[in-house]
Amino acid sequence: MLKIAASRLNELFDAIAEKQTLYIPVDREPNTAEYKKYESGMTMSSALNTVRSAKDFFFPQTENLAEFKVEGKSIEVKDIRQENEDFVVFGVRACDARSFSILDKVFLSEPVDSFYKNRRDHGTIVTMACTKPAETCFCTVFGIDPTVPEGDVSVFSDGENYFFLDRTEKGTEFVKSVENFLEEGDAAKLAQVQEQARSVIKKLPLAGLSTDSFGGDKLNEHFNSEKWAELSEACIGCGTCTFVCPTCQCYDIRDFDTGHGIKRFRCWDSCMYSDFTKMAHGNPRTSQLERFRQRFMHKLVYFPANNDGEFGCVGCGRCLAKCPISMNIVKVMKALEVK
Amino acid sequence: MQVNNDFQPVIVAFCCNWCSYAGADLSGTNRLNYPANVKIIRVPCSCRVNPMFILRAFQKGADGVIICGCHPGDCHYTSGNYYTRRRITLLYSMLDFLGIERNRTRLEWVSAAEGAKFAAVMNSFVDEVKKLGPNRRLEDLRCRKQ
Amino acid sequence: MQEAMIKRAKELLADGTVNRVMGWKKGEFAYDITPAVFDTAEELEQDFVCDDLTQANVSKYLIKESRKEGRILAFLKPCDTYSFNQLIKEHRIIRENVYVIGIPGGPKIDVEKIKAKGITGILSVKNEDYTLKIETIYGTETMPFYEAISGKCESCKSKKHVVYDELMGEEGDVLDSNRFDMVEKLENMTAQERYDFWRGELSKCIRCNACRNVCPACTCESCVFDNPASGISQKAAADSFEENMFHIIRAFHVAGRCTDCGECSRVCPQNIPLHLLNRKFIKDINSLYGEYQAGADTTSRAPLTDYKADDCEPSVVHERGAE
Repeated sequence: MLKIAASRLNELFDAIAEKQTLYIPVDREPNTAEYKKYESGMTMSSALNTVRSAKDFFFPQTENLAEFKVEGKSIEVKDIRQENEDFVVFGVRACDARSFSILDKVFLSEPVDSFYKNRRDHGTIVTMACTKPAETCFCTVFGIDPTVPEGDVSVFSDGENYFFLDRTEKGTEFVKSVENFLEEGDAAKLAQVQEQARSVIKKLPLAGLSTDSFGGDKLNEHFNSEKWAELSEACIGCGTCTFVCPTCQCYDIRDFDTGHGIKRFRCWDSCMYSDFTKMAHGNPRTSQLERFRQRFMHKLVYFPANNDGEFGCVGCGRCLAKCPISMNIVKVMKALEVK
Repeated sequence: MQVNNDFQPVIVAFCCNWCSYAGADLSGTNRLNYPANVKIIRVPCSCRVNPMFILRAFQKGADGVIICGCHPGDCHYTSGNYYTRRRITLLYSMLDFLGIERNRTRLEWVSAAEGAKFAAVMNSFVDEVKKLGPNRRLEDLRCRKQ
Repeated sequence: MQEAMIKRAKELLADGTVNRVMGWKKGEFAYDITPAVFDTAEELEQDFVCDDLTQANVSKYLIKESRKEGRILAFLKPCDTYSFNQLIKEHRIIRENVYVIGIPGGPKIDVEKIKAKGITGILSVKNEDYTLKIETIYGTETMPFYEAISGKCESCKSKKHVVYDELMGEEGDVLDSNRFDMVEKLENMTAQERYDFWRGELSKCIRCNACRNVCPACTCESCVFDNPASGISQKAAADSFEENMFHIIRAFHVAGRCTDCGECSRVCPQNIPLHLLNRKFIKDINSLYGEYQAGADTTSRAPLTDYKADDCEPSVVHERGAE
């Protein structure tokens, strides 16, 4: 397999950044990572994952869709779409890598979301295999192997070297473009590291979680469950879980009056908010219980019902770590499990 | 900061109906000069000025915001301007805490008889804001005119 | 303490003093503790938890709970009693429907601080003589207790319970805290430095509204930021102005009512030190209008609904000198 010594990683980054925009996870505070545009000298974070997910690259929190200029009785509509530039995201974890295929199902099915597609076409995803998963990790529950992440290129670390495996056409092209930096390497130690990681993954506290009770055909079992009242009781109705989630894909479209025109933008929405899907007659989900239920039913029942059984969760564990009141999908799955 | 002599700041002045607005009127009737950059918004009482009005003014392009009300003790509603005073003090202090230039905000008590004071206050405030240059720290880029 | 609490709760349930208990429920790991209402002795025995990692202030839940049938038992830490008292003052909680037991406060442990040390795979956390023994998937780790103390406990303002029906443990005092140190440090910076500091912090905001929704002082039925007619992009990180606007106005709306419980900073997923905004208001109020602690009593007038004829002018801000 092709590899680069860990000490030479920044040379590689410099070379990539010369040709296109490169994003890598960097530490903002100890163990708190975020994706940043690479600038020479930056150190890649060793944190397991970023606080915010990588979905921002394709589905940013806020983006402008169109502009209007109103003069008297005439309205001029300005198409502000532009071809995106090529970019590389380096160090995406397996959970986030899978989230892209979930987002693809939403945004790339007809009618295709051109804003999303544009970014997707121009982005190369370089993933990074996990070696030290956290207690909140449960991606294996959704059939993800964190030691062999998806993406255009998968990168594996054995502590001393980074090994590159191209998985798509875009990936092959990427590896080819940095060929000069790579050399053929011995992957014996890597196999050892992977084996070790796999044995840890088997022992993770959430490894035994089961999806058997959920799926597209389980609507009636869960919708009217009495458990929702207890589960949603403490929910404060903030949007933390939805905003840190790599697969939450709901958005709202709004107009902003700049004083000299209108900017139409879309922004992430959260089913936890009181104005989610608000219509002329009001909000169809009037209580926090209904909003809370919507989020988990969407991920565990509605999404698989519409997408060949694929769940809308990748087990990244962000909501487990960040929910202000520590209520999360794992607790919901355990409570609703049919034994 | 780049010194731009042509810079004409946009000033929003919230004036209470009973004193300061009348004061502005008097300054006009007396043909006193104050810059045309000052956009007056009449409010029933200085106490009506919600902190969001002030921030909104900065968002939509103001370079300075001034609030004018009746002198303490003279409020048409007895005590409105006393509340204004506390609120606005705290708000200005907070804006200062966030690093927004202090001199972009001001509060002055101007009575209906003080036409001359109104003009003088506006002149000095416009000068002050001119020195600071355009508001960049509390502006909304979406609202900037290209 | 946890055992004593469960025992007392069971007694109060049994003798009919209360019909529910507001407390905290165990999670999957040592730290994911959820506020919960318990109805029976069995539930209490099974899931009730109150340990070094139990941080959540449950006062806000009592607004809704005190409007339900019967009385509810609530365990409140000293800081929580301030929030609770403030809510009584604002007529948000029906006092008769809550039986308050004051429990000792922190210092509590914030698991984020353990994680910041690079410790991962956390299964359990034990305090052994002020050394934390942390069992992880990767073996046992230790760290000093004081390095893991939650931000809100680091600058504790009071160990005194301002309201309770009965007390467990000993009553403490109002402390001479260092809570304004950071505010002061910022005040002494130049405007540009302050601006850069806050841009750096507030630009992290993802507009999740967790700070607002957890805040015991934010109890409006309908928030101004949820009003579509207000012209605010309530949930969009649309422009840096919006971030400033949201946080300034939110802090302003709770000025004079914020008890400085620290929940806003605790829940922020981006670790923005939001409490500094509230503390700035508290500090200004103290120095300009006299010492005032929200929640300390239920009768005094709040500083922003009060005035004196000889209050200082806003020009005090401008008189702070050159920037």
